[in-house]
Amino acid sequence: MDELKKKATELLESLTVKVVIGYEEGTAGRTRALFAEKPEDACRLIYDSRCVQNLATYLTKREVRDKGRIAIEATLPVMRSIIQLAAEFQVSDANLLVLGITPDGKLIEFGNLAEVEAFIHQYPIEINQQDREELAKIEKMTPAERWKFWTDELSLCIKCYACRAACPMCYCDRCTVDCNQPQWIPVPSHLPGNLEWHIMRAVHLTGRCVDCDACYNACPLNIPIHLLTKKMVEEATVHFGGYQPTIKGEHIMSTYRPDDKDNFIQ
Amino acid sequence: MSDFEPKMIAFVCNWCTYAGADLTGTSRIKYASNVRIVRFPCTGRIDFMLLLKAFDEGADGIIVSGCHPNDCHYTSGNFHARRRWIMFRSLCEFMGIDIRRIKFSWVSAAEGIKWAEVVNTTVGAIRELGPYEEYRKVAGKPKEVING
Repeated sequence: MDELKKKATELLESLTVKVVIGYEEGTAGRTRALFAEKPEDACRLIYDSRCVQNLATYLTKREVRDKGRIAIEATLPVMRSIIQLAAEFQVSDANLLVLGITPDGKLIEFGNLAEVEAFIHQYPIEINQQDREELAKIEKMTPAERWKFWTDELSLCIKCYACRAACPMCYCDRCTVDCNQPQWIPVPSHLPGNLEWHIMRAVHLTGRCVDCDACYNACPLNIPIHLLTKKMVEEATVHFGGYQPTIKGEHIMSTYRPDDKDNFIQ
Repeated sequence: MSDFEPKMIAFVCNWCTYAGADLTGTSRIKYASNVRIVRFPCTGRIDFMLLLKAFDEGADGIIVSGCHPNDCHYTSGNFHARRRWIMFRSLCEFMGIDIRRIKFSWVSAAEGIKWAEVVNTTVGAIRELGPYEEYRKVAGKPKEVING
């Protein structure tokens, strides 16, 4: 991605931005986030198929924000996250420049977030075939089997909150799980608290999750927690015709239709 | 099992169902005494975490009830709540939580008879289902807490 390196160097040299967030070569064949603040750092920027971390998660961090205007190397899920963050008034054109990477790996420069929004709308959020099969496998189980499946999986959770740290949408300064007056969720990493934590995570991400799989990739125990949010994406499609991140448009969980399904209500 | 009496929690809105339940009482309509009513300003305030906490503390069944669509005191609280219930129910079903134990209903301030019906049928259904052992096992609360 020489183009990317060149563009990042230019931006830093001209002081258009104070920092470029991207990927660099890490250890053990993995990539890691790079915060390039000097033009000479920009040559370490890379892009390949290993770059799956959702970098948008850094945009809401105070220590990153305080640096000044940011440019970010953004793949499709990252761009979606950025638009959702913009809708929630967390980022704006004044503090962000997006260096997009198209799904076929080309650099695309955006003048503003409206252009990013127009771009991502060409690619609606869709659950891929493999995940769809995983979901179907669970859906086919009896309720008792599903309960066993999830309680078995979630009892492995060590409550490290890597899923929360990796998720660009989990940016609340005070998360309900940290709240101790009242203590909503038991602190120990035992099943009761684990179960409630993951239910809460899925519900709070309903209509906001951009299906980037960052939570699953971050989980040290490979618990398929992404299936919970994927299920919510799918249900949103069934009941409300799906959603896409949009800056000024309607968001499915902050609106309603008088004719929403109510056959389960007596 | 025949002497099993379900422990029920009802989360109701102040303006419709709570007043409706009051009407049931003042009309001297008798209904199952298994239900403990918790009053909220609006169905829009009834957070899903409260439902989880109810199961956690040993509830066998839950009733969530508020104003009919278009009757909300705050115009749209119940519409927003309905969207959340749709999604929350789907998630519960996907995770194997027994959604037959969560009853949603609209009961207006004039529907004292309907409130008695909702409670009686729900208590009847939960009595058939038996205690919610699966969740209790996970919650790991001592028996005295559940029965206390």
